[in-house]
Amino acid sequence: MSIEIKHVTKRYAGYTALDNISLNVDTGDLVALLGPSGCGKTTLLRIIAGLDTPDSGSIFLEERDTTGIPAREKNVGFVFQHYALFRHLNVFDNVAFGLRVRPSQTRPSKNEIRDRVVYLLKLVQMEWAVKRYPSQLSGGQRQRVALARALAVNPKVLLLDEPFSALDAKVRQELRRWLRKLHDDIHVTSIFVTHDQEEALELADRIVVINKGRIEQQGSPQEVYDHPANAFVYNFLGNVNVFHGRLRDGKVLVGDHLIEAGKRIGHHEAEHGQAFIRPHEIGISRIRSGKNDIVGFIRDIRLMGGQIGLELETAGFDKPIEAEIPRETWRNLELSRGDEVFITLDRATVFTGDYVI
Amino acid sequence: MQTGPNPDKTALRHRTGTSHQDPLAVRVILIFLTLLFFGGFVFLPLALVFAEGFRKGAAVYIESIREPYAIAALELTLTTAAIVVPLNAVFGVAAAWAVSKFTFRGKTFLVSLLDLPFAVSPVIAGLIFVLLLGSRTTLGSWLGEHGIKLIFSTPGIVIATLFVTFPFVARELIPLMESQGREEEEAAVTLGAKGWQVFSIVTLPNIRWGLLYGMILCMARSIGEFGAVSVVSGHIRGMTNTIPLHVEILYSEYNYAASFAVASILVFLALATIVVRSIMENALHNQQQTQF
Repeated sequence: MSIEIKHVTKRYAGYTALDNISLNVDTGDLVALLGPSGCGKTTLLRIIAGLDTPDSGSIFLEERDTTGIPAREKNVGFVFQHYALFRHLNVFDNVAFGLRVRPSQTRPSKNEIRDRVVYLLKLVQMEWAVKRYPSQLSGGQRQRVALARALAVNPKVLLLDEPFSALDAKVRQELRRWLRKLHDDIHVTSIFVTHDQEEALELADRIVVINKGRIEQQGSPQEVYDHPANAFVYNFLGNVNVFHGRLRDGKVLVGDHLIEAGKRIGHHEAEHGQAFIRPHEIGISRIRSGKNDIVGFIRDIRLMGGQIGLELETAGFDKPIEAEIPRETWRNLELSRGDEVFITLDRATVFTGDYVI
Repeated sequence: MQTGPNPDKTALRHRTGTSHQDPLAVRVILIFLTLLFFGGFVFLPLALVFAEGFRKGAAVYIESIREPYAIAALELTLTTAAIVVPLNAVFGVAAAWAVSKFTFRGKTFLVSLLDLPFAVSPVIAGLIFVLLLGSRTTLGSWLGEHGIKLIFSTPGIVIATLFVTFPFVARELIPLMESQGREEEEAAVTLGAKGWQVFSIVTLPNIRWGLLYGMILCMARSIGEFGAVSVVSGHIRGMTNTIPLHVEILYSEYNYAASFAVASILVFLALATIVVRSIMENALHNQQQTQF
């Protein structure tokens, strides 16, 4: 079931939640709407579900205009951030709800309902909890029941609104992988909303980055991560060092350091630019390896699992530079706090224009 | 072999349990004041109602209660409550639903209007209806021509009681429904439920204890309401006298024994209400604890 969003605009008193958004989702895809809170991504999801109506624009499901159709007739599965299980119904009745409220002509028989519910609860590994009430389950378990409940009605599309953000880190990661696997098994077209770039990168087939009601970029996780279309996307998709400066021959002059641009995006005539570089793209060595190397001191060393985080102080920049190197490199270089190192920033991406973080 | 709890340990727990409480003197004074207040302002008057009712013996007490006018008053009171409570339950749920699940213009105004019956003196509430529906008004005389008499008859009493007890259910439900949010209803809608299914399967069970609690408060007030009913009833014995009015009439006729005997019926109704209310409160409390 493909989803087509055409020129959707939604305004609330005082601000525009969605500004002329157009987006296509192919059948069977798992798409992430990624953006900071308040960027309009949840509003878009609710409009697709029919829980909100757009001021203008339309939503097509399988080439059929469903803009004015109420949520009840859309056959869209919706999973809420805070689960929204029916608190006075047990797990079985929660999952059976969507089948039981059907008019008698289309309602499955009691046995069919039971089989379907048991099948779904097995799918989400919750078959042991049929008699439990939502209050007796953990957050992760509740969300799995909520997912089974949404799938019970064979939805054409599955919409998930920050499904894991109320869970703790370990459960979140577990459920994320599990959802990816589930999606590979049942292949229902899905859109999920998240503000967590890691979640979007790990889970989605395609990522749509939204900011202030507009789409900043869309593409595969690799495309979006490796080739950010603009400074916002670059900044939002992970830790980054930003250097503001004047442009000179495609390079950025920050203080008296010249940062070579690996890539250049934006107007060529612009006077000011920013160089972006991710911590792991920074080269660290004991000896000078290029003419643009910067001398710095190690101010702090942090153990970050497999990586080592370095906080580097340099004479030319007012902010410390954050770098990440593999544990092995760190051991080979025998780095310790206060050491002098040479910093290579050649892989920086330079953005020009008036974008301000 | 000892199977019960270790007495030493129990004693220890008691001591540690009270060690960080207020000093003994403070506790004694507070308890004494509470008991004094309770005894002087609650227990003593209630006991006096029964004492006065039985002053001339059980025969007079029973006679006063079984007297046709008293029975008629009891019937009218219960009939009124039986009409008012369900109606206000429906109005209250509708109002609370509208206020808590939707956003619309003038919502704050509507919420403050809900409190109006509490803010206005019941006598004034009664007068409002006399001025609105009395036989000398346009509406009242038109209704009179069509054979409908509202003021100085049962419908007037019901209308006045409806007005006075309107806020109880809505006031009870609004905070409850606001805290529960709209997500469960939205989930039900995306699963294909129709409006009445959402209400009967999702919303109503979630608010059932709050609703019952509000209805009980509403019933207690409608049974005991004096001021508003007094103005609209006309005090016709056997016709438009509720129990509180009947008590007042007997009292002003210096028929104290009968007056207090009938009043004791109200006390019984009130006590029954309190018992049911505390059961409800427990249920409500338990439900809120299991909420997430």
